[in-house]
Amino acid sequence: MATPLKNAKGLGSAKHGLGHWITQRVTALALLPLTIWFVTIIALMKDSSYDSALSLVSNPFNATFLILLIISIFWHAQLGLQVVIEDYISNKTKRMSLIIIMKFIMTAVGALTLLSVIRIAL
Amino acid sequence: MSDALKINKSGSKPRPLSPHLQIYKWQLTSIMSIGHRASGIALSFGSFLIVIWLVALATGPENFLLVNNIISHWFGQFVLFGFSVVLFYHMLNGIRHLSWDLGYGFELSTVYKTGYSVLVVAIILTTITWLAVWLY
Repeated sequence: MATPLKNAKGLGSAKHGLGHWITQRVTALALLPLTIWFVTIIALMKDSSYDSALSLVSNPFNATFLILLIISIFWHAQLGLQVVIEDYISNKTKRMSLIIIMKFIMTAVGALTLLSVIRIAL
Repeated sequence: MSDALKINKSGSKPRPLSPHLQIYKWQLTSIMSIGHRASGIALSFGSFLIVIWLVALATGPENFLLVNNIISHWFGQFVLFGFSVVLFYHMLNGIRHLSWDLGYGFELSTVYKTGYSVLVVAIILTTITWLAVWLY
């Protein structure tokens, strides 16, 4: 199929714009069912006690979906925040520094959360 | 010469600048567009609530009880309610954006229809969610 895709590939100073754009949409797509699933199980928890939460998260299916949810959230958020920073910070040094700091924080928090879920589930 | 035109650095010929954001009339379309970005930023921070809950759960009953008490407080519930509204708005408006990316829904009347639908469905989903929380 001939699409305008070839015109967008490899453009821009970093050559990564198209990949960024597509990943933002793919993670959005993944987040649709994962978000609905997450809101549903949290809203339908029979109580908010430690034991209930522990049994919920330690269920292997729930733990798997939680891991997928966390990866998708932080990947999607990090891409979105990058665009926001790029749009509003005109000073190149400040812009790059802020993007790197933001990505470090999002990666670290995402890793911490993944480890927590894995620790509960195992 | 107005201050706006002095911003030009080249010195040759001052170029016209587009009017500042506050000049434009507020419309549903522009508000929802800004709202998508604002809600995205808010959700990036809101996701830390899920992080705190899961980390507390992994670190033991005392920490979990502390987090649970904060969440159960009226202010905690208020924050969670706001989180859910913003989440549903961003999710539904995101579907609208995905359809635009596929090339659908650009007709002005359709843009308004889908815009109002996002707001109405967000209210409905928020209501269903909190009814489930309180009744179940």
